[in-house]
Amino acid sequence: MKIAKQIDEVAATSAVAVVRAALERAKADKNNVVINLSESRALERAAKVDAGELKGRLAGVPFVAKDNFLGYGAPTTAASKLLKSFDAPLQATVVEKLESEGAICIGKVNLDAFAHGGSTENSAYGVTRNAVDPTRVAGGSSGGSAVAVARGIVPFALGTDTGGSIRQPASFNGVVGIKPTYGAVSRYGVVAMASGTDTIGVLAHDVEDTALLMDIMTGQDTKDMTTLPDFFAVQSTPTGKKLGLIKEFMAEGIDPIVRARILAAVEQYKSLGYEVEEVSLPMLKYALAIYYIVVPAEISSNLARYDGVRYGSRVGNEGTLRDVYELSRQAGFEPENKRRIIIGSYVLSSGFFDAYYQKAQKARTLLIREFNDVLSRYDALIGPVAPSPAFKIGNNTDDPLKMYLEDVMTVPASLAGLPAVSVPIDTNDEGLPIGIQIIGKRRDDAHILAIARELEELRHG
Amino acid sequence: MAQKEVLDTYEMTIGIECHVQLATKTKLFSAADNDARDSEPNSKVVPVDYGLPGMLPVLNWEAVRLSVRAGKALNSEIALRSHFDRKHYFYPDLPKGYQTTQMYEPIIGPGSIAVPLEDGSAVDVRIHHAHMEEDAGKLTHFDGYSLVDLNRAGTPLIEIVSEPDIHSAAAARAYATELHRLMTYSGVTHGDLYHGNMRFDVNISVAKKGVTELGTRAEIKNLNSFRSVERAAEYEFNRQIDILESGGKVVQETRGWDDDRQLTVSQRSKEDAQDYRYMPDPDIPPIVLTPEEVAEIQSDMPVLPQIYRDAWSSLGLDTSVVNTLLGTRRHAELVRKVQLDAGDGAATRIANLFASGLGSNSSDEQVSAIDEGVSADELIELAGMIEKSEISSNTAKDIFKALYAGEHNPRAIAEANNLLQNSDTDAIAVVVDEILADPASAKVLEDIRSGNDKAIGYLVGQVMKKSRGQANPALAQELLRKKL
Repeated sequence: MKIAKQIDEVAATSAVAVVRAALERAKADKNNVVINLSESRALERAAKVDAGELKGRLAGVPFVAKDNFLGYGAPTTAASKLLKSFDAPLQATVVEKLESEGAICIGKVNLDAFAHGGSTENSAYGVTRNAVDPTRVAGGSSGGSAVAVARGIVPFALGTDTGGSIRQPASFNGVVGIKPTYGAVSRYGVVAMASGTDTIGVLAHDVEDTALLMDIMTGQDTKDMTTLPDFFAVQSTPTGKKLGLIKEFMAEGIDPIVRARILAAVEQYKSLGYEVEEVSLPMLKYALAIYYIVVPAEISSNLARYDGVRYGSRVGNEGTLRDVYELSRQAGFEPENKRRIIIGSYVLSSGFFDAYYQKAQKARTLLIREFNDVLSRYDALIGPVAPSPAFKIGNNTDDPLKMYLEDVMTVPASLAGLPAVSVPIDTNDEGLPIGIQIIGKRRDDAHILAIARELEELRHG
Repeated sequence: MAQKEVLDTYEMTIGIECHVQLATKTKLFSAADNDARDSEPNSKVVPVDYGLPGMLPVLNWEAVRLSVRAGKALNSEIALRSHFDRKHYFYPDLPKGYQTTQMYEPIIGPGSIAVPLEDGSAVDVRIHHAHMEEDAGKLTHFDGYSLVDLNRAGTPLIEIVSEPDIHSAAAARAYATELHRLMTYSGVTHGDLYHGNMRFDVNISVAKKGVTELGTRAEIKNLNSFRSVERAAEYEFNRQIDILESGGKVVQETRGWDDDRQLTVSQRSKEDAQDYRYMPDPDIPPIVLTPEEVAEIQSDMPVLPQIYRDAWSSLGLDTSVVNTLLGTRRHAELVRKVQLDAGDGAATRIANLFASGLGSNSSDEQVSAIDEGVSADELIELAGMIEKSEISSNTAKDIFKALYAGEHNPRAIAEANNLLQNSDTDAIAVVVDEILADPASAKVLEDIRSGNDKAIGYLVGQVMKKSRGQANPALAQELLRKKL
């Protein structure tokens, strides 16, 4: 569902009617998308749009936020038991920005608890089912956001992407999802996972809508020191319609159908006048190893605050302080959270820091250099988003390593802080969506969307 | 306790870590008020200090500026690139589960300060480095429960780490005192010790004199007065020697100072040492400074203690008088101004009044309210009155105190209270005659005539009393002698 269509409906009926319809769709949803709706607040705000008190480019347009965005009207659970009843006293900067354009957040949607995972199976609120095939995963961790858009509940949804959490579910459900340049969108008010790679992005019906939303969401925020000055415009000089197809992503382990669909997209780009070359980035083979050292380290640090003392559920109050810490964390975190905290604590511990964390950061620097070098010769790099389409629910849950391998094509752009967008290109024979990933230069978000748009126009006319 | 002869065969080696709370308006990473003195618990706290999910630190640039000034006072190089790290441990006074500090790239590099000792000599203490970090909150323990106050959580600190260059308890105290002067003079901190603006951790070990290898050290944490730094060092020196003399081994541990009992108590041994899992903080970009920025920040540094010492070397003041004066920056400034405007004589008189009249080491902020009203011009007038013998030295002290009690104009104070000395010979002679004629003086007169010259003091006292303190005592004595 396009944003423009919703705006037309607001004009034809009312914002209250549009928001009420979205709420009804959310309630009727069978894919376990929603964690909590903020019904009364949404309707109040819709009435303000109708009364002319709320204006903007998104006046009356409903959306949902992944439940790791702090917002009014509903708790912010991060899909954890620990924050089950956590009512935030403030809203994330990006929610404020969208609301200042008249958009209306109708509720909070499912994710892997604390965004740890790639399937939305690690949630304390149940598994979110794929929009096309309910026996399959939605992908993750922004699974609820992707399915909400794919099922037409709302025209767009906020997500977060630390290693693929927007791009992969977008690809699994057939919607557009962008992971912006690190620092393009404020992280203030979003439950942190790994501060050095966390990005705030959006999932939408098409590239045009995505570009509009990015125009609203990006920009420097005095509350987030890592944000960049407003830059959402084409930054680089195109090198002459030249794309690099990432060789390592097309080699072993890739589903033959996914491979074929990507090659078809390459032909389409050629037909649009692009020159497409295969490029190799040898450092890519270390990306997953780097990611699963650096990210758990930051996770173990960022999750230290959840101790049951100041907010969140507290267990063990009748015992010692240590009991409160141990029992609250034991009860509040999901198994995948605990796994990552343990890995992270290990790689940061005295005697291992240099061997793991420091070495991983050095390798990361080499990876970034390799990306910069290759990107200096192309407008963007292209390849698949994930090795295969959405897998069956439960398929990977017994094997964390197998699950981590699903991230192999998305973590490189995250580690390098580069913008990357996932755009639907086709389906496999069973009708499962397949997306293409377009990775751009730092700050080149608008440019990769422009490249994505050309393909979209070719496909939809 | 070991005999003095035994103690004399040992030497102590001390390094000091000093936490200095910076005098910024807001906290290191949030907009919360940084002055929580006498505030309700948890009233100076915003979501960032509370460690709420999704909150991010925003570096207070004023804290960087004050750190750069502190670096100048420590004769240190400023790192043009420094970075924050996270130090992890679980405790309710630490809302994020980590303290934001500078482990790997501190802002202040190596330096050194000359520490003046009471005997007039000085010892150089090298500074290893100083880093910025945030303070933790405060816990109050009750029977069966504890309460957390996060007002102090996020207060900007610099931690100044010295090299182990200190070898006596007195020098440890002198170092702490000099650091306090340097940090208050440069405007880095309010220096209010009572409110914990400066806190000292003393690392001390002992070894036989002449042995180069250092002994095992104990760390005495959280000392908040110069006196406790000295006493704790003395106590530890004796304690560690007692252990060694009785064939034992000093354990590496953290100890606390019990001020009531005047002794140190074990808190935590090395075996319980935590693994802080230090990690660069990805939420805070590096602090990058240019040499020009550093120079600009340091360009308006106030006069530091050593410069006063040099300027006052011509006054012939006792070291203790100089140190008392330097204890409060505003007092030092006033004496310097008196010296510049009215010369060494006036400055010496006023310096001695400060040394005898007011307490030392009060925080700048505490005294500033009253000090505001006292001007160098008033002090110069007071010095002039002393010089011309218009007032006695006791009267001068009274007027000085009156000025610091909020009164103004020394001459007006003296006149209003009839404190001016009478140097009119004729008028005093009348009083002298009265005293000599008084039958009560007969016994004393006899004593004097029989050779007890000191007894004349009694008669001078009587003249003073009769004149209600206004007679110039020197003149009174001269007249008495003449008449006798």
